[in-house]
Parts: sequence; structure tokens; C-alpha cells
Amino acid sequence: MAFKPVVLWTDALIYLLVAVVLLFVWHVRRNQHLLVPWRRVSHSASGMAALTVLMFFIIIGLLDTVHLRPAVGNANDGAREQAYSVEVLSLLDLIATPLRVRVEKTYSAPFAAHLYARETVEFPDGRQTREFPRLKFGGAHLQDPEAQLITDVALRAGAGGGLGLLVWSLLLILLGALVARRSGETFISALSAIRRGTTAIPWNAVAIVLLLILLLCGAALTLCGNYHILGTDKVGQDVFYQSLKSIRTGLVIGTLTTLMMLPFALLLGITAGYFRGWIDDVIQYLYTTLSSIPGVLLIAAAVLMMQVYIETRPELFDTIAARADLRLLFLCIILGVTSWTGLCRLLRGETLKLREMEYIQAAHAFGVSHWRIISRHILPNVMHIVLITTVMDFSGLVLAEAVLSYVGVGVDPSTISFGTMINAARMEMAREPVVWWALLAAFSFMFALVLSANLFADAVQNAFDPRVRTLSAKIGTLRRKKLRKAPEGKAVSAGIEDPFSS
Amino acid sequence: MSAVLQISNLETILHTEATLVRAVDGLTLQVMRGETFALLGESGCGKSMTALSVMRLLPEIGEIVGGSVKLDGEDLLLLPETVMRSIRGKRISMIFQEPMLSLNPVMTVAQQIGEVLRRHFNLRGAVAQKRIQQILNEVGIPDASQRMNEYPFQFSGGMKQRMMIAMALAGEPELLIADEPTTALDVTIQAQVLNLMRDLQQREGMGILLITHDLGVAAEMAHRVGIMYAGEMVETATREDFFREPAHPYSRKLLASLPGRDRRRQGLRLAAISGNVPPLSREFVGCRFADRCDQAWGLCHDVAPGWAALAGEHHVRCHLFNQNLGSRVNEQGQQGSRGAEPEALTLNSGLNSRPADESNTQITSLTPESRVSHSCLLSANDLKVYFPIRKGLMKHVVGHVKAVDGVSLEIGLGKTLALVGESGCGKTTVGKGILQLIPLSGGSVRYNGLELVGLERKRLRKLRSEFQLIFQDPYSSLNPRMRIVDIIEEGMNALNVEDDSKASDAEHQPDIVKRHKVDALLESVGLPPEAKWRYPHEFSGGQRQRIAIARALAVNPKLIVCDEPTSALDVSVQAQILNLLNELQDNLGLAYLFITHNISVVEYLADEVAVMYLGRIVERGSVDEVLISPRHPYTQALMAAIPVIELESKRHIIRLHGDLPSPANPPAGCHFHPRCPHVMPICREVYPATSSFSPTHTAHCYLYPQELDSAAHLESQA
Repeated sequence: MAFKPVVLWTDALIYLLVAVVLLFVWHVRRNQHLLVPWRRVSHSASGMAALTVLMFFIIIGLLDTVHLRPAVGNANDGAREQAYSVEVLSLLDLIATPLRVRVEKTYSAPFAAHLYARETVEFPDGRQTREFPRLKFGGAHLQDPEAQLITDVALRAGAGGGLGLLVWSLLLILLGALVARRSGETFISALSAIRRGTTAIPWNAVAIVLLLILLLCGAALTLCGNYHILGTDKVGQDVFYQSLKSIRTGLVIGTLTTLMMLPFALLLGITAGYFRGWIDDVIQYLYTTLSSIPGVLLIAAAVLMMQVYIETRPELFDTIAARADLRLLFLCIILGVTSWTGLCRLLRGETLKLREMEYIQAAHAFGVSHWRIISRHILPNVMHIVLITTVMDFSGLVLAEAVLSYVGVGVDPSTISFGTMINAARMEMAREPVVWWALLAAFSFMFALVLSANLFADAVQNAFDPRVRTLSAKIGTLRRKKLRKAPEGKAVSAGIEDPFSS
Repeated sequence: MSAVLQISNLETILHTEATLVRAVDGLTLQVMRGETFALLGESGCGKSMTALSVMRLLPEIGEIVGGSVKLDGEDLLLLPETVMRSIRGKRISMIFQEPMLSLNPVMTVAQQIGEVLRRHFNLRGAVAQKRIQQILNEVGIPDASQRMNEYPFQFSGGMKQRMMIAMALAGEPELLIADEPTTALDVTIQAQVLNLMRDLQQREGMGILLITHDLGVAAEMAHRVGIMYAGEMVETATREDFFREPAHPYSRKLLASLPGRDRRRQGLRLAAISGNVPPLSREFVGCRFADRCDQAWGLCHDVAPGWAALAGEHHVRCHLFNQNLGSRVNEQGQQGSRGAEPEALTLNSGLNSRPADESNTQITSLTPESRVSHSCLLSANDLKVYFPIRKGLMKHVVGHVKAVDGVSLEIGLGKTLALVGESGCGKTTVGKGILQLIPLSGGSVRYNGLELVGLERKRLRKLRSEFQLIFQDPYSSLNPRMRIVDIIEEGMNALNVEDDSKASDAEHQPDIVKRHKVDALLESVGLPPEAKWRYPHEFSGGQRQRIAIARALAVNPKLIVCDEPTSALDVSVQAQILNLLNELQDNLGLAYLFITHNISVVEYLADEVAVMYLGRIVERGSVDEVLISPRHPYTQALMAAIPVIELESKRHIIRLHGDLPSPANPPAGCHFHPRCPHVMPICREVYPATSSFSPTHTAHCYLYPQELDSAAHLESQA
């Protein structure tokens, strides 16, 4: 075998999460009443556009989750056992091998052919001069960078964009065929329906966002082979590669933390609201106490303890990646433990309301056990709150990780994350001339991720929360009104002659 | 008399997410100066939308697409919004249904009324204060100069509605729109408010557009009546004409579906209108009522009927009357031969009307003689439920809300006991206390001789199948996330109920047996078996209430506590449910504890009545004893306050003043003495003992000779 699969702790949990999500989707598809709010989500243009961007991030994150250890070429053949590299690589690392291994000496600006720092170069004749040396990889194929760089970049970007456009057209044709088959129209009318935005699901918004993503991806793909499109950092690593790797860290923190906090919030919140009395008092005191301690301090203390534990027991970890991963997992757990109080309070309030509902009383009158009442009557009726909170919390957690890593109690320094990138960029900002690209890359990726997560969360909240539904109904109305301005009017009053109307 | 308000061909549509709803479709009406026009109809008929269209206060999704609304000849729909603002509150005022929701809780009453005065009369300072005081005096707020600076929460429900009326009157409007002004209020308070509105109208001479679903309120208040059905007007007439001889089949059915003693006497079922108001998103071809009308024929389904004039101002939109009056009889004869029940226009004589719905029901005799067995199924003795009032950091108990304070009652097998009282008197708490759903503070409940109080949870669970519960609100009593089949099976699973006859089968295929039972239950409450795969939101209010009844029946109970099961439903649907309850009682021998504030339902359904006031039963007896010759002043006042459809009533009206006192701090002595017209000094000191008038009829009042032993008993308790 050419590689050995490695399942890190966070990988296992992500696989579990994916399985749970798939199971949930399957369950929702089977139940009409669960499907209805999701249909509403799918009718929101901003929500679907955000979901498209999110899907792009999720695909990268999942690619980065499948870890393996490649075989090391063994010179003396006939080896009884295959030796594997100590380096744990993910699928994304393999795909982006050129990005990963093409390390420059130090800083270089995006699309640069020269280093960002002067160096003393010795000529063969012994003469020395200080100049910006050529990069080993970035723009190495150019004879005369000053003259050729711009046209070369433009050409390659154009070719990449063209490739993206091609893929997009293929996808659009596929989509058109699918829509046509679903609604039983012809292919052309389906396409024009998508273009005018009259389909139930706003495919036109999805298509536009998809086009943007594919154009960018295509250009990035063709360019990143020959240039460092987002520059390099202090040790010459490609910033684009770092940004891609950071996505997984962000997603892991955002999702696994929620997974950690859900059991606490659900169990304690519902129990407190349902049983009331002293149980309620105890749980309330617990979360009030917990939320009165500054979260950052608690997290710092816990992470430092963990760090000491890891460092004193190096024998537990066979690779560096496993060590870093455990620290990431532990960060998720500690974030989860400190952040369940908000959801718990919400659930307690909702349960307090629900327990007075008449169907709960009817269940009491049937002698249904407490556990069954909680699991059959209360839990399904608070799930919308859980869902809304989970999606809303996601972006907050991604940001929290960045802050914690910046403070120094976040992920392991060897784990690439938005936080570590920003932390590294801190020093660069004070440099003259300023190195701006690392910070910009981290921010723009994080911005795209958090914005799309927030927009999607808004769409979910609108669909699940009956109180805010009026607004979306109104917007829908306005849109419909615009579409059929002409036919409405006086035509409706074709009633019988009214004796009073004279 | 000139018309204050003239609505012609008004069309209002609502753009909902899915479809276009024609909430008001070609409505024409006029309100004269000094006249009350009652707009009657079931919920979902577009009554409130009409009112909002007149005020131009439609929700965002609403749109007026046609017609005109003329106030004194000026078309309101053509005015710009800025002008409209000076009309709202000045020339047209509105009173809403829920006084608790329509007053701003963080503004004092004076500030809220002052807003109107400042906007429309530019009154400020002392002048405004004086005017506010004057208005509050007009609507009968005692001690107005003090209370005008209080906040809405310091007033009771009835007082808040007076505040709303005061605000509405502040602009001295020409037209007052009252949208269900008394629906949220108790009968005695309703009588006060209606009386106030009538007085004010006589004084100010304004026109009132009264929107209501209560035929009784309309009969008491209105000069003219309009019946609205599915977005359009189907009949307009003067009050006398309408209640003497309603013309449209819908109106006739509506009146016939009112429960009452007379109907029960003759063992009549109520004339329920089958089905529901059709959704207004539909396109209508023929008459909108045709699907529910038992006099409909082909023409009704194809052509929408136009207006037909009967005598005087009486107009009706029905094909039955489209020809001249002479041919109407023929028309009906023809229908009789078509199998439809002509139901005749015999309602004017009321008492000798023939049983409605003869075609699809068996006549069930409900005369008291036919009921057998007087054995006591459930007896509650000296039931007490106190809720502690906690205060302070350590939550120590500083007092008790005595929600139920010594209630005793018995229910015989297969009998119906009605528990009557205003809201807040503890009726519902009694029901829950009997079912052991809330802990009792004292007293005992015996079911078939077995003491339920203090029974351990496990043994109580086994007994749970014997007594069940039906709730008031069919929307919150079914779990929205469960299918009907799961809802009904829940009780069976929890209590392991199996049909004894099929016990052997059950061992093999318990699921199939259960499914059969669910089907049978749904059929017994008049729903198709296919309904079991659907979710509650797919059903209407009446259907949901049927499902709730099926759920209760699933465990074969002997006693059902019905907690206002029909008060959230429309009259026609209420009749369906009452018929169903009656039928089930006859077939299954169920006993009901019927908790309600609606006396006419009591008259129709109950064998015995207990009247509750502030946690205690003040009078009880058989239904005829209590309702025909009420002894306790409270019962008398309650009877008098109910609006009735009697045109030439000469009844003596007892107006109660004030509101129900707080049960946390009940008045000393007889709880009723602060409101009692016959109050004596002794009433203020000691709670009166029992006075018996017959073996079944008792009351607690000093107006009648006291039974000494029970007096001593009560004294020792106090």
C-alpha cells in the first residue's frame, strides 16, 4: 500500500457529524412537516447564495479532513514492512502539493517574481551587490519579469476564468435539465425560468454566485502553479495554501464545539424547565456561576493545563499532527463547556412555556412517563431553537478561535488557522515596508466564511421562527406584485349586479 | 336619517405566501347616524378585514382593490395618508377585541387619551386634563381624577375596555367601529360594557359598526343586522325582521345551532352546519354557502345569487328568494321532493320547529327521565387548591391564592355536571384538581369509592384511563409535531389499553388491533380513517376538537372533564361538538364534568349545575332548578347578564358593579358581598351556610334560612 490512512480525533468526530447530518436529512425528507421550513430556507435567495459559498468551504474542509501517511520510498527493496512518513498529510495537502513544497526564502508579495527583502548576492567574479533576488518558484518561468509579468498573469487568469466558465456552463445545463425534468417543462423554458428567477428555488442567485466562485477558482488554479497568488510569509510558505488549510480549523471549531455543547444545553435546559423546583434552582445556579467567570480566562487556564499534560507525555503521540489535533479537540471541548449557557437558558424558557401547553397536560392525564414526555413532546418542539442557535453560533466560534489563537491560548502553533495567521501577521504590520497580504488573506477568507454562515443563519431563522415570517412574506409579495402588475385590477369584480350599489 | 358610512362593493385581498385571499369580496353596507349596524358572521368571514379596510389600517400584505368607502359622502380610499391620519381617531374610532393588548403598558391612561386630544384638538395642559377627566367620567370610571394617572395594569379587564372606549370617544367620532368589543370579557362585565356603549350612543348620536360573532350581543345592541359569509354579505335586515324571520339558509342554521333549554327539552339535536367556512383563497362560482346548504340545488352551484328584496329593508342573497314571494313556497316543495329537508320558516315560532338534520341523524331523546342510574361515580369533598405566593430572596410563603377553597361535588354515572362561573373563579383548577394533575392542598376525591388523593404515582397511572380531559383550545391541545395516529395511540400505549374482546388477537398482532381501534375512534367522532396519517395543522378548529375527543376516548374513560371545549369555536361548529358529546354520552354512558361560562350550553347539555364564585360553589342543583329559579343573587345576576335573542323581553336586568375580587385576598364574609345588590351587615362578617330548597338544590346565602349544622362546620373551618 502506498499510504496508511490516519484517523485523528477530530476527523472521527467530523465523520460522525457528517453521518448525523445525512441521517437528519434523510429523516427530514421523510417527514412533511419537517420539510416545510427547509423548503422556505431554499426559497430565500440570500440563504441559497450563502449556502453555495458555504458548500465550497465545506468541500475544502472535508478534503482536508481525510488524513493519511504516505509510504516512504524504501531504497533497500524486499523490505518486510513498508515504512510510512512521519508526516500526516490530508487529501488537500496532496492535491496542493506544489503549493506546499514550493517554499521561498522569506516574504514575497502576491504575484511577485522577486523577494520582498534585499539580499547580498555574490557574482561569480566575486563582486557583491544588494538587490531583490528572483524567487525560486514564483514567476520563475519568466525571462524578463518586469516586461512579461502582467501579460502572463492576465493570460493565465483569462485561461483559468475560461475554464471556470466552461465548468459553469456545464453545470448550468445539468441544472436546466434537472429543473425541466422536475417541472415537466422543456429545457429552454426551464432555462429562461431560471434566468428570470421565477423558479421556486432562486436558482438564478445560486448560478451567479457559482459563476463568481468558479471564475475565481479557475483563475486561482491556473495561476497558483507559477505564482504565489497571495504571496508568501516569513518562512516563505505560500499564504494561499495557509488560507486553504485554515478553513478546516475554522469549520472544526465552529461545528464540533456545537456538538460538545448540545448535550449540556439540551439536557440541562429541558430538565430545568420541565421539572422546575429545586432541579431548576441547581441548574440555574450552575450556569449563572459559569457565565460569571470570564470565558477567556477559563479557556486559558484549561488550555495551559492541557498543554502541560501533552508535553509531559510525548510517548502518547506518534506524530506531531496527532498532538496538534488533540489540542484542537480540547479547545473545542473547553469552548463547548463554556458556551452552553446561552442555549440552555433559551431552552429552559421555552420548556417552561411548553410544559403548560395543553397537550403536555393531556399526556400527564394519560400517565405518560416524564422521559417520554420530554423526548416525544418537548424535544421536537424546541428543535427549531436549537437549530437557529447552532447556525448563529457557528460564525461566533470561528471568530473566537481567531481571538484565542491571537492571545496564544488557541490551537497548536503548528496547526494553521486564521488565528495563527493573524497572530503571525501582527509583527509584519510593524515592518517597514509593511507586509499586508497575510492579514488581508486571512481576513478575506474569514469574512467570506462568516458572512455566508451568517446569511445562511438568517435564512434559517426566518424560515423557522414564526415571528419574523411576516417580513419575508411581505418581500415575497412585493416580488410577486412586480411580476404581475398588469393582469390584476378591476377585472376581479365581475359579480352579480348589486341592488345597493346604485 | 343620513348614512354616516357607506361602503359599496368593497374588495380587499390579502397576498399570502401561497395564494391570493379575497378577504372581502364586493361588500356593500351603510351605517346611519345614531344607528348600530351589527356585522355578524363566523370567524374567517372577513368581518375584521372590513373594519380595517374602512380605517385603511390593513396589514402589509393587504390591499384594497376595488369599491369605495364613503364617510359622509367623502371617499376615504381616495384620500392621501396624511389626511387619513386626521380622520382616524377623530371621525372614525375603533375599539379592539383585546383590551389588554390595545393599551400601551408603559403609558398612563391620561397620556394615552391625551395623545388623541393633542393630535386632533391641539389640547394641552390643564384643559386637556379636564377633558380627560370628563371623558373618563362619561365612561363610568369611578374616581377619575385619581385613576387617570394610573397605568393600564392597575385596571381590570372591564375597566381597560372602558378606557379603550374612552380613547375612542375622545375624538368625538361620527362612527365607532367596535371589533368584538366584549368577546374577551365575562358575561357580567360584557353586560356593563354593552350598556355603556348603548348609553353613549344615545347621548352622542354616533353610528356604530359592531362586529361580532355573538348572535345574542347583536340582538341586544343592533338596530340593523348584516350577515357576512365567506367575504360577502348574504343578508341584511332590521333586527326585528332578522330575528323574527331570518331568510338565508345560513342565518337560519346559525340561529338554530344555538344551544338552549328549549332544544334539550324536546330532545333535539342542534342544527349543526356541516363543514366549515370555505377558504377565501378559492374561486367561487355559485353561491358560497351551497356546499354546506341542505337546500341547495343545481342552480346554487352554478350561478352566484343576486340580492332579493323581502319585506321592507330585508334583503337576502339566495336563489330561494330570487323569484317573487309567491313562488317561494313552490320552490321549497320542489326541494322537499329532492330529499333536502325544507326546514321551513318555522323558526319564528321557535319551540315547535322540527328536528333539524333529520336526514342524517337519529333522534335521541335527552329528556331527564330517560337517564338511568343515579349511582355516584365521582365525589369530591371539600376540595382545596392553594397556590403559595412567594416573596423575597429565600422565597418564603407570604400568603396563598385560594384558587379553590372547599368545593364539594358529585357526578353520577352517565350524568353531566356543569360547573359555571366567570373567568378566574377557579373552575379549571377544580377540573385539574379532580384529575390529580395539580397537587391538592386539602380535601378528598373519591372515584367509585376509591380515594385518589395521596395515591402513589404508579397506582394512579393505572386509574388514569378512567377519567380523561378535553381542553378549551384545540390549537394548543394537540402536539403539532405528531401525526394523529401517534396522538391517539399515545394514551393507549401509556396505559396499555386493549379491547377485552380482542385480547387474544392482541397477543398476535397488537399493532393491527390498535390501528383498527384508531380507525373506529376516528369514525365515532366523525372523521375519516385516512385522517390518522396527517398532522394537526391540516385540520380546522372543530376537527381538532374531534381529534382531542377521540384521544380522550381511546382509553375507554368513564368520566371526561370538558374544560370549555367549545368556547374557542364558532357557533355552528360548537353545535357539531355538542351533538357529538351528547351522542357519545348516550352510546357509551360517559359522565361529563362540563366546565363553562356559557349558560346556553349548560341549559342544553347539563343535568346538574354548580355555580362557582371565587373558589367556592355558591349554588347547585338540577339544571331546571338553578336556571329557572336561581336563588343566589350572583346566579340571578349571571342569568340576567346573558344577552338573549328575545325581541320583546321584559326581563328584569340586574347589573352587577365592579369585577371579580382577587382570590389572593378574598373579601371577608360572603365573597360576593361587595357586588351584591341585597347585601346585609352579616354578609360582611361570616360566610353563609347552606340553605336547601329541595333535596338537590342548595345555595349559600343569608337571604334564605340557614342550616345550622353546616354553618357551624364552616365556622370551625374559618
